[in-house]
Amino acid sequence: MATLAAVIASTHHPFYYKASTAPPEERPPFADEWVAKIMAFRETLTRARPDVLVMVGSDHFHQLWLDNMPQFLIGKAPFYDAGYYNEEREFGLPRMLLRGQEDLSAHMLRGGIDGGFDLAFSNELRIDHSITCPIITLRPEADLPIVPVYTNIFAPPLPQPKRFVQLGRMIRELVESWPSDLRVAVVGTGHLSLELGGPRQFGPHGPDPEFDRKAVEWIASGDIEASLAEVTLDSLWTPGNATHGFMDFMLMMGVAGEGAKADHVDTLDLFHTMEAYFTWYPAGAPE
Amino acid sequence: MSKYLIDKFLFTVDRDPDLVERYREDPRGTVTWWEAERANSILNCHSGEASTWLKFEDDEREALAAHDYVKLFELGAHPFLTLTLFIAMFERDYDEPLGFQLAYAARLAHFDLPYPDIAT
Repeated sequence: MATLAAVIASTHHPFYYKASTAPPEERPPFADEWVAKIMAFRETLTRARPDVLVMVGSDHFHQLWLDNMPQFLIGKAPFYDAGYYNEEREFGLPRMLLRGQEDLSAHMLRGGIDGGFDLAFSNELRIDHSITCPIITLRPEADLPIVPVYTNIFAPPLPQPKRFVQLGRMIRELVESWPSDLRVAVVGTGHLSLELGGPRQFGPHGPDPEFDRKAVEWIASGDIEASLAEVTLDSLWTPGNATHGFMDFMLMMGVAGEGAKADHVDTLDLFHTMEAYFTWYPAGAPE
Repeated sequence: MSKYLIDKFLFTVDRDPDLVERYREDPRGTVTWWEAERANSILNCHSGEASTWLKFEDDEREALAAHDYVKLFELGAHPFLTLTLFIAMFERDYDEPLGFQLAYAARLAHFDLPYPDIAT
């Protein structure tokens, strides 16, 4: 069976690419610290020697739209084009071509549906920055095949938080039951407190530092019960109108497991949001 | 009923560089043209399929025609769609980084929780 080599959760800040590649005179003052944290974070994936990446993210109304919105969708394609005009326009993000791992996609779709998740699928998914950003930060070679998993975190009605945790647990079961000798890393990105298109956006810090502090503690300690006890679809409006992306962090806590302490925890207090990076090694820390 | 159509306008314009510029330069004309020619095309159909009933309410049409993102927020337009399109149109008019985004937030400062419902 496949090995779950690493579970990785992070924010997906689209400004990182430009901040880290700009010429010295144009780099923002926080760029060096940000790059150093990302380099350490990247090493946690490199050390796990993954062969395949299962990548959890959220389409930002690029391909998935209100005419036909899936709650949870798995891509099943031999290749995935990535990048959109408005992501180039606003963030300077590069276009990419990522290879797919169709056998694992098929296994996850069959097993997930049989296990109680009525998953949508796509044979021509185009990837956006929730998945390209972690490729840029964690695997800039973009050389590993992927299985994209998209969740709906901002087109109400949304699935309940517990459903994200349950899907995370299911993803772990599906990876570990995949008849393969390959090493799989599950990489997912979400948000801490965040406001977009509202009165609290783009402040000097995230809109709710207290929520961020609690959320980082929940994730770092694997305290799924505490997060589920406090987080609801209604309560997530309070820390910022885009904070429902925290449910993708809850999904990743489900992959890592109840009470699983992260092996790597780091944060960076950037303007308008708190960056956060977590890595677990379910099979033991690599040598 | 038609909040969906506001979001569809923001969504379709944001994806098209020419339409972004057209909406910036001629908002009222673009909204009029879009509602007449584009609103009711059904996405993902190859051609020729259209809804017969979707149209803007008067205040929705006026908010789009006036570039009134405060009103769009009040009407429950999806804030991510509104923000990204309006950044594309107006960020260039500000000298400071994030200048437009901060002005945007300031103009919405009178809103408090709970925000208008964004469900369509």
